[in-house]
Formats: sequence, C-alpha cells, structure tokens
Amino acid sequence: MTQKLTTDEITNTVLRALGEIAPEADLAAIKPGVSFRDQLDIDSMDFLNFVIAVHEALHVEIPEADYPKLITLNGCVEYLSSRV
Amino acid sequence: MAEFTMPSLGADMEAGTLVAWLKKPGETVRKGDIIAEVETDKGIIEIESFMAGVLEKTLVEPMTKVPVGTVLAIIREEGKGGAPVVETGRLRVSPAAKQLAAELGVQLSTVKGTGPDGAITREDIERSAGAKPIIAAPTKPEAEAEKQARMRQVIAAAMARSKREIPHYYVGTTIDMSRALTWLNEENLKRPVKERLLYGVLLLKAVALALREVPELNALWKGNEVVRSESIHVGVAVSLRQGGLIAPALHDTDKQSLGDLMRNFRDLVNRARAGALRSSELSDPTITVTSLGEQGVESVYAVIYPPQVAIVGFGKLVERPWVVDKQIVPRSVLTATLSADHRVSDGHRGGLFLAAVDRLLQEPESL
Repeated sequence: MTQKLTTDEITNTVLRALGEIAPEADLAAIKPGVSFRDQLDIDSMDFLNFVIAVHEALHVEIPEADYPKLITLNGCVEYLSSRV
Repeated sequence: MAEFTMPSLGADMEAGTLVAWLKKPGETVRKGDIIAEVETDKGIIEIESFMAGVLEKTLVEPMTKVPVGTVLAIIREEGKGGAPVVETGRLRVSPAAKQLAAELGVQLSTVKGTGPDGAITREDIERSAGAKPIIAAPTKPEAEAEKQARMRQVIAAAMARSKREIPHYYVGTTIDMSRALTWLNEENLKRPVKERLLYGVLLLKAVALALREVPELNALWKGNEVVRSESIHVGVAVSLRQGGLIAPALHDTDKQSLGDLMRNFRDLVNRARAGALRSSELSDPTITVTSLGEQGVESVYAVIYPPQVAIVGFGKLVERPWVVDKQIVPRSVLTATLSADHRVSDGHRGGLFLAAVDRLLQEPESL
C-alpha cells in the first residue's frame, strides 16, 4: 500500500534535487515563488537533470509540456502534490 | 615499451600535478583505460592510456607537479616481452639546448623532446622552464580561489594569443528553427524523460554534418600550416558554476545518433561541472560550439581557441516576424555566427558552412 507524500516531503525532495545540480546554493534561502533559473543560474541541461532527479525520486511522469509548471518551488509542490 | 607522458590538455598548459595512480605496476591496461588523475588549471582530469599493454613502472610520485611531456610511466606493449626498463639513456639534445637547460636550471631527464627522433629542442627547454617544475617536493592541492585565478589566467593567455595570432573573420545568419522545434516536440513525446533531447543537440549535429561539406574549418593550426582532421570532435563550451569555462570534445559528433549524442552531451556537461573529464576530451576538439542563448544573448562573436581554426556561436531563440510564401508569419529563429581563421578559410567558405547548418536544421528528421 502506498502512502501519499506530504508537502514537506515533496519540498525536501525538490530541494535535494536542486542541491545536486547547484551544490553551492543555500537551499534554505530559496524563494518559493521565484524561478529557479533567476535564483540559481541554472541552464537547460541543469533543468533537465532536475526533472530527471524528481522523476526518479517520486516516480512521476513529467511531460515536457509541463516543464513550465516546475520552474518555482511553489509550482513544483503544487504540480507534484497532485501526482504522487 | 612506450612512454606515458604528462599530456598537453590545452594550448597553454605547461604543467600538471599527478594526483593519483589508478593502476598499479604489473596491471594490464587497455586502450582508453583511466590510469591516472592529473590536476590542471581546468580541474582534475582523468588520463587515459593511448595503448594496450602492461603498466611496467611508474616514475612520478603522486602530488608531484611536472611539465608537459614528462615521462610519468612506462607501458609494455601488448604481446611483447618484459624487457628491462631503461632507467637512463642517452638523451638527444643539441648543445644549445643543453646550455639553455643549464642556464634555466631545467633537468633534461624531465623534458620530453619534440624534435627529430625525440631530440630535445630549445623550445622544449623553454616550455619546461616556464612550467617551473617541482620534482622533488610534492605539492599541496591549490585552494579553490587559487584554482579559479589560474583558470582565468589560462583563459586570458589562450584568448590573448588567439587575438594576437589569428586573423579572425566573422559571418552570421539567422535560422528559422520552427521546423526543428516542431519535430523536436513530437520526438520528445515518444521519449522517456531520461532520453529527451535538448534543441542544442540538433545544433551540434548540424554543425558536425556541415563540417563534412566545409572540412577546412575542422582543422588545427600547427607550426605554420593547417592540418585537417579526419575526425569531427566538436568541443562544447560549458560554463562552470564556480566560474570560468571549459570546452571538452564530443568525439565523432557527426557519427552519433541524436539519442547517443544527447546521452553523451549530458554526461560530458555533468562531468565537466563535477571536474571529472578525461584527457582525450580536452586534447581532441577540432572546433568549438558555444551557445549564450540562455543568457539572453542574440548574437555571439566568439574568439577561436587555438590551435583550432573556427568556432560557432548560437544566440537565443526569439520570436520574429518572418516572410513565408509572401506572408508575414511568427517564427522561432536564432542567430548562428562563425568566427574563423582567415589564414585557413575565407568568408565564401564560411558562408557555405552556415548555409549548410541552416539547411540541415530544416530537415531535423535527417540529423
């Protein structure tokens, strides 16, 4: 039986994935409504690695068309909460 | 027997620090095996064996900084007997080079000769002296700030040399990317997340295939002449999170499927940023591609990385009014520029190259 993940668990998973691509980042200082690209200077390869990391951690299918929904922490939590 | 030497991993690399041996004497090595790690101004690089055989003997201790060309180890070739290792031998060195070595305090035994039959030349001595070898005293790893400063110096030296020695010319064109992006969207719908393609891979493949049509751009300037490369190894400019950049090679870019190219491209970028590149990836690029589109740049006028003779720059994808069949329609376009060495090619050939890149991107299913 699978158990639905909490918002905190999803947030931690997202932050862990970000930490892998931007190890120098202060994850506690991430502003939830501001795009990762603006805060962490990530490029398209970083973002692809981020999506893959989230996909592998949560086993969620993420169509390319949904990528724009994942550009902020708030967006990630909202999107992923409805799918895990 | 073959000498395994400190490789040159860039036009301005003078020395490297042997960090660790990953093979022990007596172990079998295959061509391409990683047998040592070396720290350079570009980070820790994995050094590959260029031949198959047995690692007979290591000659340099870990954490020792030595000039490019220094013999690090002896490899006994596959199928050949274990002849005794020659510890010392008669060095082929001219009197002038010998005198210069004495003046500059360079140990001849540490110098790899590049003259006829391996003779040590004055230039070899000067290069070794410039590297300031520290043979006897193992060095400590440099602090991160020092590494960054050194990398900046290396970039500065290479770029200054480029602008000083290479007569650049520049040509550019704007490419309609609509067809390529439409194809890419459809293609990515079929692919699992780990196998999806970035549009940058289409650009890399198009450049590689266009080089087959204008091969003089896929070459190196050595000595005072151009040497064309039969293989197409596109160097990809990768910005590093801690600052600086590096442009390792995607080997045989033109021969790889888009799926393989994407997998290798992703692996290359990740390893570049993690400081885990291989020696051949730094020494083999035959041209470089740089893209600054994600930084909002529309046109890139790049500086050639010597000894290469060309570099291709891509700007950002922008929506522009475009005329198709006498109708104005919105299209996604980007600007491609070529910086090339006028000693090797001219604007006519450069223009043909960009036209080929454009044409290939209009047929993405053929890439």
